[in-house]
Amino acid sequence: MAVKLNKAIKISQKHLLGIQDLSINDVLLILDEAQAFIKLNRSKNKKIDILRGKTQINLFFEPSTRTQSSFELAGKRLGADVMSMNIGNSAIKKGETLIDTAMTLNAMHPDIIVIRHQDSGACNLLSQKVNCAVLNAGDGRREHPTQALLDALTIIDRKKKIEGLKIAICGDILHSRVARSNIYLLNMLGAEVNIIAPTNLMPKAIDKFGVNTFTDMKKGVKDCDIVMMLRLQNERMTSSFLASNREYYEYYGLTPDKLEYAKDDALIMHPGPMNRGIEIDTKLADDINKSVIKEQVELGVAVRMACLKLFCE
Amino acid sequence: MKKKYFINANIIDPKNSINENGGLIINEEGKIEAIGKKVNTNNLPSREKLIDLKGKYIFPGLVDMRVFVGEPGYEYKENFRTLSEAALAGGVTSVVTMPNTNPVIDDVSIVDFLKRRGRDKSKINIFPCASLTENLEGKNMTEFGLLQSKGIIAFTDGLKTIQNTRLMTRIMNSAFDLDSLIMQHAEDYELSKNGMMNSGIIATKLGLSGIPAVAEKIIIERDLTLLETIKCRYHISQLSSSRSVQTIRERKDKVKFTSGVSINNLSLNENDIGDFRTFLKLSPPLRTEEDRLSLVQAVKDEIIDVIVSDHKPEDEESKRLTFSQAATGASGIETLLSLCLELYHNGSVKLETIVKTLTSNPAKILKINKGNLSIGNDADFCIVDIDKPWIVKKENLISKSKNTAIEGKKLQGKVTNTFVNGVELFKL
Repeated sequence: MAVKLNKAIKISQKHLLGIQDLSINDVLLILDEAQAFIKLNRSKNKKIDILRGKTQINLFFEPSTRTQSSFELAGKRLGADVMSMNIGNSAIKKGETLIDTAMTLNAMHPDIIVIRHQDSGACNLLSQKVNCAVLNAGDGRREHPTQALLDALTIIDRKKKIEGLKIAICGDILHSRVARSNIYLLNMLGAEVNIIAPTNLMPKAIDKFGVNTFTDMKKGVKDCDIVMMLRLQNERMTSSFLASNREYYEYYGLTPDKLEYAKDDALIMHPGPMNRGIEIDTKLADDINKSVIKEQVELGVAVRMACLKLFCE
Repeated sequence: MKKKYFINANIIDPKNSINENGGLIINEEGKIEAIGKKVNTNNLPSREKLIDLKGKYIFPGLVDMRVFVGEPGYEYKENFRTLSEAALAGGVTSVVTMPNTNPVIDDVSIVDFLKRRGRDKSKINIFPCASLTENLEGKNMTEFGLLQSKGIIAFTDGLKTIQNTRLMTRIMNSAFDLDSLIMQHAEDYELSKNGMMNSGIIATKLGLSGIPAVAEKIIIERDLTLLETIKCRYHISQLSSSRSVQTIRERKDKVKFTSGVSINNLSLNENDIGDFRTFLKLSPPLRTEEDRLSLVQAVKDEIIDVIVSDHKPEDEESKRLTFSQAATGASGIETLLSLCLELYHNGSVKLETIVKTLTSNPAKILKINKGNLSIGNDADFCIVDIDKPWIVKKENLISKSKNTAIEGKKLQGKVTNTFVNGVELFKL
């Protein structure tokens, strides 16, 4: 697909619920906007005031370190008033439903709500009930759009393009919202996507999403420009998906010998948090010549600033 | 009660093989006195008031084999009074109620209460089921014999499945001894664990755990295998997939059993779930269009015996949640017949076959003298304008809960009048 930036200046959607809803122009607009924020974030004075007077509420129903802090920092750097709700102490624990919480928050006139929830579609439900923009920071196993956008930004930053690249996504695809969002986005931007997982962790009908599927990791990473590893989501696994972590590492952990099959200049990505020694060799994860894991975190703030700005408008 | 004379109706009464234009006479006791083409203006007393139905249809009152009522325990969702009003609007005059109440219908003492409430508050015939196991726990079976003697006509764990094969064997043995009817909801729990919709591309896209079709097929195959040696009365409550249909087609000649399908699975598919529409979260789940077509074909071929509404009233609070938290089930007793008529209007199934699956077939399985218009029987019937167009709107539903799966759907065909024991209890 030819990637050309039409001069879109406004995002087509009211909410950022998933990559599925975005047009290519929306994506390019967000990435373009984020480029500018990378520079800002690396400068001495990191704060601007384009969102001054705006209220951003972070509603996190699932524990999160990097996404929540990234969104919080992004909002603050743009001058918004940011409130992060600690769900552990809130009325939700007392039996209030998501819709009631939404109505309560809505009455406080926020301009943007960032939500993470363990149930797929929670952000969709919320978006139907509030007047402000809703940004999805991860819903169940459905989507995690800002993660995919920051991954794309990182790839562009290093490889200067996405179109034509061969990208492997490996690991717990079944439970991964990151994988789903990345499949939509990387496909949209013209990459060839290989999905690698044991059949037990492969979602049904995933081959209909325009990807190549592999159960053999060496075949899957062959000639890839990017190897994106996913975290084994043990907390979502209700019964025996795998025999053991050590066997998983043997067959699906990213190790130097498996990386050999990828291109020489292949980059390693991981959305974090990592299970070192389970899905990725610890030395590889820290190899500054190959791993861009830290850069992903850095650019995450820029992407979220871009999203906050564009969806607040 | 005065005698009633209906003329010029298209009467379909599958049990008596009546499918003709004619009339119906109801006597002073509310029983059927005469029926069929013999009943016409030529041989009726001219002084009597004749009701000319002008070609509208008369069907026996429908027998809905799978209905959830909130009483006892969940009266805010549906009670006997609201259920019977809703049923009458849909031409249903007999319902089989599921035991998934609070407390569960698993003991003779509760049956007395149920019968009393059903009699006092309901205008239609209530046929209660008791559970197969105590408190639906799937451990100890209930007293089939004693419960039957109190008026229980069938046994089922309703929403639940007997997972333990040894227990199922024992249940079937007891059912054989006591001539009890067992109705199984077929679902292997380990395979369907955390599942919320059909396993497949839509579930992957929505990020929801799936319920694979094999979860149903495996239980059906297990039970039919047991049935080879234990010849009890066995009914599969609802089929949902082409794989299950294939299984019952293969086994139909070898073992004796019956099966049903929800009108939801005949009318809708998983695509209708769209953007997390919780009103379409059903059990068994809506599956693919291929599955739906296979179920329709099986009804047409009379491989599947009955169509049920699977009427499961849920209040709005139980549905205004995320898909995984939302309650399962849809209200459907009022729209059952109209949705079935869609299969007739689009040429999928013959009208007589549809009426059979809604009247004489369920009655035969249940061994009740309902769902027919035999002379001398209670005059339970409905009058149907099978071409009348209408639109389903939840605010117009009579049921206490408005969780219809087909909000806004345009339908063709509506019950205009419903009679129980010769008394008109519903009029459009």
